[in-house]
Amino acid sequence: MPQTNGAAPETARLEEIRKRLAIWSIRMTTKAASGHPSSCLSASHLVTALYFGDIMRYDAANPDWPQRDRFVLSKGHAAPILYAALAEAGTIEENRLMSLREIGSALEGHPNTRRLPGVEASTGSLGQGLSISLGMAMGQRLDGAGARTFVVMGDGEVDEGQVWEAVMAGAKYGVDNLIAMVDRNDFQQMGAADSVLPLDPMALKFAAFGWRVMDIDGHDWKAVLGALREAKVADGRPTLIVAHTKKGYGVTRILEDPGNKFHGVPLSPDEAETAIQEIENA
Amino acid sequence: MNIGERIGLSLGKPTRNAFGEALRDLADEFPKLVVVDADVGNSTRTQWFGEANPDRFFQVGIAESNMVSMAAGLAATGRQALCSSFAAFLTANAFDQIRMSVGFPRANVKLVGSHAGISIGEDGPSQMGIEDLALMRAVPNLTVLCPADAHAAAVMTRQMLEHEGPVYMRTGRPKAPLVHPESPDLRLGRAAQLREGGDVTLIACGLMVAMALEAAEDLSADGIEARVIDMHTIKPLDEAAVIAASRETGAIVTAEEHLVQGGLGEAVAGCTAANAPCPVRRIGVQDTFAESGKPAELLEKYGLSAAAIVAAAREAMALR
Ligand SMILES: Cc1ncc(C[n+]2csc(CCOP(=O)(O)OP(=O)(O)O)c2C)c(N)n1
Ligand SMILES: [Mg+2]
Repeated sequence: MPQTNGAAPETARLEEIRKRLAIWSIRMTTKAASGHPSSCLSASHLVTALYFGDIMRYDAANPDWPQRDRFVLSKGHAAPILYAALAEAGTIEENRLMSLREIGSALEGHPNTRRLPGVEASTGSLGQGLSISLGMAMGQRLDGAGARTFVVMGDGEVDEGQVWEAVMAGAKYGVDNLIAMVDRNDFQQMGAADSVLPLDPMALKFAAFGWRVMDIDGHDWKAVLGALREAKVADGRPTLIVAHTKKGYGVTRILEDPGNKFHGVPLSPDEAETAIQEIENA
Repeated sequence: MNIGERIGLSLGKPTRNAFGEALRDLADEFPKLVVVDADVGNSTRTQWFGEANPDRFFQVGIAESNMVSMAAGLAATGRQALCSSFAAFLTANAFDQIRMSVGFPRANVKLVGSHAGISIGEDGPSQMGIEDLALMRAVPNLTVLCPADAHAAAVMTRQMLEHEGPVYMRTGRPKAPLVHPESPDLRLGRAAQLREGGDVTLIACGLMVAMALEAAEDLSADGIEARVIDMHTIKPLDEAAVIAASRETGAIVTAEEHLVQGGLGEAVAGCTAANAPCPVRRIGVQDTFAESGKPAELLEKYGLSAAAIVAAAREAMALR
């Protein structure tokens, strides 16, 4: 039977899950010797809360359940944390995780909706996920079952003009079952997001376009869960949560240099072991 | 413009109109159909569907990229999402969205590009879709259609909706001569032979089918019998028909209202080169942007004429 996942979440339980997903993201990318672990870590609270914090309504054993809430990882390069969440939920087998990026594996470098159950959209070309999610949310509205679509974008991703096309259309149609999050980790590929293309005041920009906006600490459980619960109370507008995060959260090695040196770069096996211990002991 | 008049063809509606009427008329039969527009529905004719079904029509503004990805999202909830703009803006402006949001996930999205070719006339090159077939052929999983007249456009609109998966269909602005009877027996992926002949084969799409029929009459007056094929499905190409044409007539001329790069002509030439080599002459826009002018003047100036097809047929036959 489709049901929400668990009762009132307990942040200690969520933190245990989050650590597992973070550790998987590191192990998987280190084994693949490629990928984007730092981009997974900044989004780890958001993804954990959505799947395991009683936020999304879904049936892990039946990922195609038509009335499900949907999650689109628009910043598709953070695929490992999505795959780890799907394994934690039980949609895919955990023993597939370490096949990330291998030929023949459905766990491709970026999510492929045609190959892996539970993946709602094929992403990897940044800027398209919000539009896809908008279409999904409008489709869900036509279905009339009260389902929602959640989407996580990168902050650099918001540079794309298509994002703002979707922002305007979402406001026009008052798509209040669309809940978008920006993983505001302040870095993109070529360095500090502010130096690549200034986006501040981000929250005000979305608000000026007619969205309900929340500005939160993306690594504070109370803030993340509170914002997502509030966002589920529809008020006629789509919601944007600007989640301030740290690229490489929990790993000193990356936090020392979250700029271009650690975008799209896996940890070495030694660095990975140190990082995993650091996460476990935190 | 009176293409085909001298061989008794009558002028039909523009293919964009036939598409727009069919779309409106099919709304009840396809209850899962929704339409998204980027501020050109009165040009592409999806407006007629929108007026009759306002709850299934979404206007997202001059924002083709969002329109295409949004259509993919709507399709992901079990709908058929059709979106439309001028062929040039739809396929070029939103190419990556067509590639990634539609083609790669095989989304059940129907893309319709109007104002294809140079026969749009006075508005000029910025509005002319002359590279859309090349772009759309280059996206795996996409079916690519180009109806020749209003009767074909109506039938192919239905078939496009019946087809599960992504489809691109191009339509034209001017009235098009009727080369098919009403409700023609066309099948996606199967070439329609309009005239039998054993000396040379003329393979055309869109407006150029009527010109190919004119050219065949002219050749016949000189004792050359040309086979004429309406290749309304550019992809997947009816390779059997092309191979048979090569083997049985030994020379092929293609004709399309598109650049000679990447369109019907290159598809046909690629097929013959691999399977049954024969001379292939390609009539189309020759690696240039066109200009403003009257449709008939432009077609003549840019080498899209029955006379050009006749000359190319003679050249291809001489090379054989
Ligand atoms: C359209 C597009 N352009 C460029 C890239 C290459 N790229 C991959 S990740 C990235 C930076 C993304 O930064 P951000 O959105 O802030 O995500 P983060 O990793 O910081 O979470 C870039 C430019 C891409 N995937 N898609
Ligand atoms: Mg970032």
